[in-house]
Amino acid sequence: MIEGRPFFQPQWIIDNLDEIGRRLGEHVLMTVIAVSAGFFISFGLALLVRGRPRLYGPVIGIAGTIYSIPSLALFALLIPLTGISLLTAEIALVGYTLLILLRNIVTALDGVPADVIGAAEGMGYTPLQRLWHVELPIALPVIVAGIRIATVTTIGLVAVTTLIGMGGLGYLIINSGIRRFFATSIYTGVALSVALAVFADLALLAIQRRLTPWARAREGRA
Amino acid sequence: MTASPPTPPTRIGAVVALEHVSKRFGPPGTPAAVEDLSLVIPAGEICVLVGPSGCGKTTTMKMINRLIEATGGRVTIDGEDVMALPAVELRRRIGYVIQQVGLFPHMTVADNVGVVPRLLRWPEARVRERSHELLELVGLDPATFGGRYPAALSGGERQRVGVARALAADPPVMLMDEPFGAVDPILRDRLQNEFLRLQAKVRKTIVFVTHDVDEAIKMADRIAILGRGGILAQYDTPDAILAAPASEFVEHFVGADRGLKRLSLGRVGDLPLLTPILARAGESRRTVVQRLDAASADYALLTDAAGRPIGWVGRHDLAGDGFLAEADATPGSAPLQPESTLRDALSAMLASSVQLGVVVDEHDVVIGLISVDAISEVLRGARDSGA
Amino acid sequence: MEFLGEVVAWFGDPASWTGRNGIPIRAWEHVSLSAASLAVAVAIALPVGLFIGHTNRGARVTMAVANIGRAVPSIGWLGIALPITLALFQRGGLGFLPSFVALVALGIPPIVTNTYAGLREVDAEMLEAGRGVGMRELQLLRRVEVPIALPVIMAGIRSSAVTIVATATLAALVGGGTLGDFILQGLYVNDQPRIFGAAVLVALLALGTELVFGFLQRRAISPGLRPETVASPG
Repeated sequence: MIEGRPFFQPQWIIDNLDEIGRRLGEHVLMTVIAVSAGFFISFGLALLVRGRPRLYGPVIGIAGTIYSIPSLALFALLIPLTGISLLTAEIALVGYTLLILLRNIVTALDGVPADVIGAAEGMGYTPLQRLWHVELPIALPVIVAGIRIATVTTIGLVAVTTLIGMGGLGYLIINSGIRRFFATSIYTGVALSVALAVFADLALLAIQRRLTPWARAREGRA
Repeated sequence: MTASPPTPPTRIGAVVALEHVSKRFGPPGTPAAVEDLSLVIPAGEICVLVGPSGCGKTTTMKMINRLIEATGGRVTIDGEDVMALPAVELRRRIGYVIQQVGLFPHMTVADNVGVVPRLLRWPEARVRERSHELLELVGLDPATFGGRYPAALSGGERQRVGVARALAADPPVMLMDEPFGAVDPILRDRLQNEFLRLQAKVRKTIVFVTHDVDEAIKMADRIAILGRGGILAQYDTPDAILAAPASEFVEHFVGADRGLKRLSLGRVGDLPLLTPILARAGESRRTVVQRLDAASADYALLTDAAGRPIGWVGRHDLAGDGFLAEADATPGSAPLQPESTLRDALSAMLASSVQLGVVVDEHDVVIGLISVDAISEVLRGARDSGA
Repeated sequence: MEFLGEVVAWFGDPASWTGRNGIPIRAWEHVSLSAASLAVAVAIALPVGLFIGHTNRGARVTMAVANIGRAVPSIGWLGIALPITLALFQRGGLGFLPSFVALVALGIPPIVTNTYAGLREVDAEMLEAGRGVGMRELQLLRRVEVPIALPVIMAGIRSSAVTIVATATLAALVGGGTLGDFILQGLYVNDQPRIFGAAVLVALLALGTELVFGFLQRRAISPGLRPETVASPG
């Protein structure tokens, strides 16, 4: 990028493997925290609002509004409250997962056929047992699909947290990349971000397949 | 097919009593869905609740396992009030079968059957054993079906698993809400017959809801005809109801063709069966023609190696030399079983070009034929005795 | 709270509104950059989407590329574009150009994906009927398929618009200005009221975009398909 310097310098990557590894680790950690926390909160909310359309509307509306706010702006809005910190970053990241996960979980649970629920109730499951033994397993594929989307989205957003002082692959893209006009670092960061997203998506898909052997039966029959 | 399994030790059904039971949805003043219903179902009997839409038959059934809580009166099972137990525990002691079955798609067939035993904390080995027993009881080979998922089953297979699941914990009472409503008539006939054979072995107290009068007449030991608001119009054996309807409502509901309906009371197995002229693929046509000549008959029944019916061959199919092939046969109507009603038999026969019904046993092997004439005899006899 | 007072003060200060770094200029940069990028993204993605949706040829490849495109984080596109525009245009490759290129790239996948999906949902029987009365392929597309698929297509354009407006905030990183510049500058000098005030503006702009395009999307449903108009006779 700077005249005189070659465009792409693979040697830099080799020289800085530990730094790159560290940033990758930070990125993964921030993603895992955000998606996990987002999932638990969304799950709790889902149990509260399902079957209560009057609650569902406003809650989804709030989640949707948060989702519409550009990431940098959301971080900025939180700074007066929680400062320039990991907490700010994570609160925003969790906020972004809420719309995706909440809508997903509610849709997934609503998708359990009514006759299955009727049979479960008639056979003597308590509501909690029904949720755990019947509804959740059946809803699982849709829920995992939501987690996949949330994860890929979060991986993309974590990169922006560098602007408020966090690490992660954004560090490679912005701090040692764009800010230093250093293409190699930029592309390394972007490539790893994409690779991480693809890997996470496929890994979660594999987990989903393992957890739902019964879905394959339907595919097999057709 | 497997040999008939040893009957699992079973509890004979319990007496179910409804005492002045009523259900009102909404504040006092709204018309009741069920108003002051009292009836007693003797142990081991099938009681069919039947009536027009809105008569409260399903509501009544659901008050027995408290899926709907009664607003008045009480329900007892063997004298014990159903309110004495927590609802969830009550339901684990009552078998429950619904129209769409509601098999859990994420569990194997064996696990589906084992649901209630596991809820009751039976030892794991006993659960597996019981699941095995019950699948055999409903005619599904456990080795083949146990590990399959519901999505891989046909409609009839699913219904059978549903019944097995309801019987798993050996409950004294079973509730069935239009269990055979979602399948085609031919399959329904088979499933009904199989269920009647099953009930002959297990003798549970069954509360069966249907809107189909013919099904009620076929299945019931006793029928409870309900009118709007759960008013009990008549509660008696099918024979008694058809012979002497208690009111215009009952008469109207049962239908003007009561004589024909009484055919539903008769079973194919009650009548003497005719011996068919049998033929097999690969036999020479001339041989079969000779056999027909000897018996002065015009049609032979082509069966497979196991004795299961394939179709009819008439003299015109047997012209010429050569050997008989399966393709030469014209398929007849669906085979009947000894438990099939005469009404179903008549319908089946009238639909086929050969006016003979093929009767098979539980393994689908031909055991005889029934003719339209034999059924007409029954009709004539009934008419003469003033029914 | 006094912090909010400081924020209001920033809005109230005439200096915030004048000059090259004033709110109007930055806002204009934000809107014009977004609009231009969206327009070009639509110009590129819509025909592609219509083609693969109507003919179903090359769909798999195109969709695969679009999906890979979605895996790239929004900031990633800026990072990808910058070295290229710098290499090609030297100093001209800063500011508007890399932002523009990145935003267009970002805006293409949702439009392609949605257009394809929308067209695929049109009943094959309707197309057959159209061909049966002698409509040509292009007419079919214009008069039958697009009107039916329009809500889904508009949803894709809306998604692009929202993403573009959001990511335009980051254009400040490569010298592209926009409202994000206030935030980045504010972070640099730790001027919290400025950060917050600008963030509010960005949020409003984003929400506004969402609402406007949501409205357009709803209007895009042909009256014949709308439940209200169909229900009332005459």
